[in-house]
Amino acid sequence: MTRHRWLLPYLLMAPGLLWLAAFFVLPNIQMVLMSLSTGSISQGWTFAWDFDNYLGAFGRFPDNFRNSLVYGGMATLVCFLIGYPMAYGIAFRGGRYKTLLLFLVIAPFFTSFLIRTISWRILLGDQGPFLAVVRNTFGVVPANFSVIGTPLAVVAGLIYQFLPFMVLPLYVALEKIDKRLIEAARDLYAGPWRRGGAIAGSIAGGVVVAFVLTGLGYASLEEGGVVGFAAAVVAGAAVGGLIGAFLISESFVRVTWPLSVPGVFAGSILVFIPAIGDFVNVELLGNPKSQMIGNVIQNRFLQQNDYPTAAALSFILMAGILIAIFIYARVLGTEELTGGRS
Amino acid sequence: MPAVDVRLLEVVKRFGDMVAVDRLTLDIQDGEFFSLLGPSGCGKTTTLRMIGGFEEPTSGLIELQGEDVTWLPPFKRNVNTVFQNYALFPHLTIYDNVAFGLRRKGVKDAEVKRRVTEMLELVELPGFERRKPTQISGGQAQRVALARALINRPAVLLLDEPLGALDLKLRKQMQVELKRIQQEVGITFIYVTHDQEEAMTMSDRIAVMNQGHIEQLGDPESLYERPSTRFVAGFLGISNLLPGAVEGTDGSYATVRMADTSSVRAPSALVGSHADVSIGVRPEKIRLREPADRTPDGHNQITGVVRDASYLGVSTQYVVEARGGARLTVYEQNVERTTRAELWAPGEEVLLTWSPDHSFVVVDQPTPAVDGSTPA
Repeated sequence: MTRHRWLLPYLLMAPGLLWLAAFFVLPNIQMVLMSLSTGSISQGWTFAWDFDNYLGAFGRFPDNFRNSLVYGGMATLVCFLIGYPMAYGIAFRGGRYKTLLLFLVIAPFFTSFLIRTISWRILLGDQGPFLAVVRNTFGVVPANFSVIGTPLAVVAGLIYQFLPFMVLPLYVALEKIDKRLIEAARDLYAGPWRRGGAIAGSIAGGVVVAFVLTGLGYASLEEGGVVGFAAAVVAGAAVGGLIGAFLISESFVRVTWPLSVPGVFAGSILVFIPAIGDFVNVELLGNPKSQMIGNVIQNRFLQQNDYPTAAALSFILMAGILIAIFIYARVLGTEELTGGRS
Repeated sequence: MPAVDVRLLEVVKRFGDMVAVDRLTLDIQDGEFFSLLGPSGCGKTTTLRMIGGFEEPTSGLIELQGEDVTWLPPFKRNVNTVFQNYALFPHLTIYDNVAFGLRRKGVKDAEVKRRVTEMLELVELPGFERRKPTQISGGQAQRVALARALINRPAVLLLDEPLGALDLKLRKQMQVELKRIQQEVGITFIYVTHDQEEAMTMSDRIAVMNQGHIEQLGDPESLYERPSTRFVAGFLGISNLLPGAVEGTDGSYATVRMADTSSVRAPSALVGSHADVSIGVRPEKIRLREPADRTPDGHNQITGVVRDASYLGVSTQYVVEARGGARLTVYEQNVERTTRAELWAPGEEVLLTWSPDHSFVVVDQPTPAVDGSTPA
């Protein structure tokens, strides 16, 4: 027995490896072949090294690629902006409520994904609890104002769906930081971080406001809305700057933040990858113009039976994600992320 | 008279119902190696954390070089801390760890480089600049933590059980090292430890703490030779305590009558005006003699029977049962008696004698002490 001990790890991995071979590697090979084939569903597909599928796919759906990138990126960014303070609060100030708070973070998972998205449709709807009250009772928004059907609704849905995937890795990273390191930093003259905090906060505040307005379809530039738009962004930046200046300390910038970067990386990837390929949120909360690349793929596969294009799109998406992650890892510093020195 | 560096005035710290530090008043002199010694939970670390600014006192006043710092955050105090388990920043190199404080204060790069190099030399770690904290040993991490704090030239350095994680040999070595560095830089050190030997080796003065207050404060010799409470007598080394009633005084010595009617003498200055006291004597101060031997004039003497003998190499430790039933611990250097045949054997009757000047006096609330000796 002891002579064959080296076999043990492989035996333990075998079921997983077989599963991956059968349901990931083989279908992927089949998809590669499909993406280079010609033909139709009635006449059958023939493998033909047809790279036109790729060129065509890339050229025909630029808007959908852009939507995916923008919505996915925005959802990731906002998940981070919401999720980081959340994870920080639970990890550092949660006390005996930590477990309860973490449970609340994952509680939405106990409801079906589809049902949750449909509830958002009701929540954001024109007759929903928020908009109906704001419009009918207070009359502060115009009668034709909608949230549902806008890109904002899509991104809001994405943020809601994937926020736990951001919070959990961030929590893990923050939780394991030795609190004495922060005391040590404060002992070594790390005080408030007013200027840097103000800058970081204003950027975040400005971006969020700009994104919300754009997402709502606030594109009335020709109507002279530029001033309004700019004013709103500046107001957002001011509020963000104020919050940043008072909340962000030097010990956070020098110690907590660098030690939590692996969590930021993991969380961003876990949000970005599913968000960029999502199609359900657009289907239920968006409009035809806000369709993402996931919708196109789904449509090509299931409605149009255009398998080669769908397969090619899938691979373009996959390659795009891999390149994005690679760049992201380089920006954040790969050494820490790969645990090279730990 | 050297200047007072740190002053604590009536400092109280409560955590909920628990009183961690109870009306603590303390002056620490400039350039002193001062230790807060006590068992865990005695409030010594809380006291240190309040001086460092990591805890705010519930009430009271903390002064640093004459300035009230009670409510100042750590980064506004000219005090640095060597943390238990060091708390080195794992994501920074040794160089960046040591440079951390200077950079926060905006010191120029060239100056930072010069001082980091100088500091790493002081702690005997030159050439370690590029390493990460995970790539050095515990003893080296300890030195880096020390360098990281000292480089800021604080008025006071706080050390929270800094040697606790090291093995015995390294600990002994670092004790000598710490004392050398302290004398070299001339900075006030406040050192928290539960290890009495460590405190005695390094300190100029020690405050023995128990349940949030200072039991006794003094230099190591006076704490050891003249402990004034039962707690201090028991916490610093082994001591024999014999309860009795003060009978009278003949000038410089008072006579104390014990339960078994035998009497011992102790300096009357220590007895004061108390009626009930315990006379203490350290194990190495007692001499064992044959019952027939002559006791030197004026020395205390009690008779007893050897109950146990443990040969320790440098000395032999005896447990002797006195006539009154009290058990006394006695150390005898293995000089006159070395072989087993020469050592006192259990069952032998002996005379215990010691100079009355070696008696100390412990006055405490009369806990009905049947047994004269204190548990270690």
